[in-house]
Amino acid sequence: MLSLVLVAVAAPWFAPYDPNATLDIIALKNQAPSLDHPFGTDPYSRDVLSRVLHGARVSLGFAFATVILALGAGTLYGSAMAFASPFMGTVLRRLLDVAFSVPRLLVLLAVAGVAGPLDVRLLVVLMAGTGWFATARLVHDEITALRTREFVLAARASGVPATRLVVRHLLPHLGPLLMTAASFSMAGTIMLEAGLSYLGLGIQPPTASWGNIIRDGAGLIQTHWWLTVFPVLATVIPIMTCNAAGDALRDRFAPPQFAGSAIPSPSNPPRGRIPSLFRQ
Amino acid sequence: MTPPRDSHTLLDVQSLQVTFPGAAGMVRAVDGVSFTVAGGETVCLVGESGCGKSLTALSLLRLVPPPGRIESGGHILFEGRDLLSLDEAALRSVRGRQMAMIFQEPSTALNPVLTVGDQIAEVVRVHTKCSHRDAWQQAVDMLAQVGIADAPARAKQYPHELSGGMKQRVMIAMALVLTPRLVIADEPTTALDVTIQAQILELLRELRARTDMALLLITHDLGVVAEMASRVLVMYAGRVVEEAPVAALFASPHMPYTEGLLRAMPRIDSAQVSDPDALPDRLVTIPGTVPAPDALPSGCTFRDRCAYAWDRCAREEPVLYQVGPAHRARCHLVQEPERRTPHAASTASREVAA
Repeated sequence: MLSLVLVAVAAPWFAPYDPNATLDIIALKNQAPSLDHPFGTDPYSRDVLSRVLHGARVSLGFAFATVILALGAGTLYGSAMAFASPFMGTVLRRLLDVAFSVPRLLVLLAVAGVAGPLDVRLLVVLMAGTGWFATARLVHDEITALRTREFVLAARASGVPATRLVVRHLLPHLGPLLMTAASFSMAGTIMLEAGLSYLGLGIQPPTASWGNIIRDGAGLIQTHWWLTVFPVLATVIPIMTCNAAGDALRDRFAPPQFAGSAIPSPSNPPRGRIPSLFRQ
Repeated sequence: MTPPRDSHTLLDVQSLQVTFPGAAGMVRAVDGVSFTVAGGETVCLVGESGCGKSLTALSLLRLVPPPGRIESGGHILFEGRDLLSLDEAALRSVRGRQMAMIFQEPSTALNPVLTVGDQIAEVVRVHTKCSHRDAWQQAVDMLAQVGIADAPARAKQYPHELSGGMKQRVMIAMALVLTPRLVIADEPTTALDVTIQAQILELLRELRARTDMALLLITHDLGVVAEMASRVLVMYAGRVVEEAPVAALFASPHMPYTEGLLRAMPRIDSAQVSDPDALPDRLVTIPGTVPAPDALPSGCTFRDRCAYAWDRCAREEPVLYQVGPAHRARCHLVQEPERRTPHAASTASREVAA
């Protein structure tokens, strides 16, 4: 995970070539991987490695911004829902249910399709705007559970106002939950952005993002495999990393009775039982 | 047992009623409780689990957990203001500053993710316009005052790093940091070891003397009552059943429930002090349990468990009869004392000796 971020941040220094430079449209067109161009070159003679590295910057940065925004919105809405009056709470909850019932991809496709290619910042807002519902529900449930705890009553008994109560007393308890949610949501966002860009509705060429690099190579997959395989790998690896990180965080923070229970996950084998059989 | 130094009425609760929606209509968990607390006075609220003591305390701060609510018709006058008519902002300025609460279980009432110093300083910060540094300094001073050694270092620790007794001291520091006029302590010693209990009570007494605060102490431990209170309110099934100065209550309880509570107190010399023919070394209890608030018997709510009960008790609900200066009891025996036969009482207590 860290190395991925490092690659993304350091891409300009790492990348051997300018990602958008057509190096030599005739001599270096569609070159197979070689020492000079480890991932080969594309039909415009651009270096695929450089494009993938810069794409990491765009794709990961995009996903990161989206997830932060979405978590913020979800936390805000979730705590508002938990602290609203019973009537307002119900209204907010129903609104959330409505939002949940609309498929996210459809909304994104519709907006991008109607409004045409979107500015990256607008796209981040749009993705975040359609990505915070699950977080809101998580935060609401967690706060509802937390607020029956006695320390919340004690804080209220000493005159702490509701907003301060959420920020100072409850949010620190949400940390593990939000971290876990963030890593899964990161994986989803990377995939979604790649999908949108692949369809030509996401980040617009010539800016390299993993999705549109894959798109560039898709037509040539039978003859020029390197144009597709490397960017796909670049997309899949961070998604798997994020999911694994999410799993690890969940195992780390889940109550012990769930972490080691019925289904022993590969990351959490039932240690100690078998040796104890032999010990007798 | 110190006489109130300041005789003006600080808190005046009039027919407080707290209801919860139940399967068969509204259930009255606290039913028409009235009492007063004068400035500097210590009043004890006594009763078994589930009789509405804690709910009464929470309603004073308007913190009744939903769906429970305080019915209109009652009043909670605190320094002349009716707390039931205040809005949320005005209430917040009362909570913690003028009226504070000490909770029963310090390990759940302190936030595990904040240092104890932060939690005390927060009370200062939300009520006064002072800098973070000043609030912290006040928190540390308060920790020292409640007898925590090395307060500056302790303030930086998290609740799980402290012992139970220390955590309760922190709770007390949190409640008292702004020297409120009234402190409500909901069974402050129940969760602690006996030796620590004594220390905490001593601390409360000392702080009361120093700050002249009034103390509403909720407990089921009559030993605590004898040590701390000037007046006692006995609650049963959501109502006050006896109200008396502490000496009068211990000398001549008028409500059979109070009698039962006093008899149920374990004593080192139990065999000699209670009935001469009671079995020695047996702990005396009151038969049965508190009836659920949605299934109260007709007439007197205690009659099912009362050794003296006769037909009038089922027919007619007793009111609080005056039995002496500042001593009132909710029992028909006050009017018909000839019904109080020692035979009935001793049989009852022996039957349930456990």
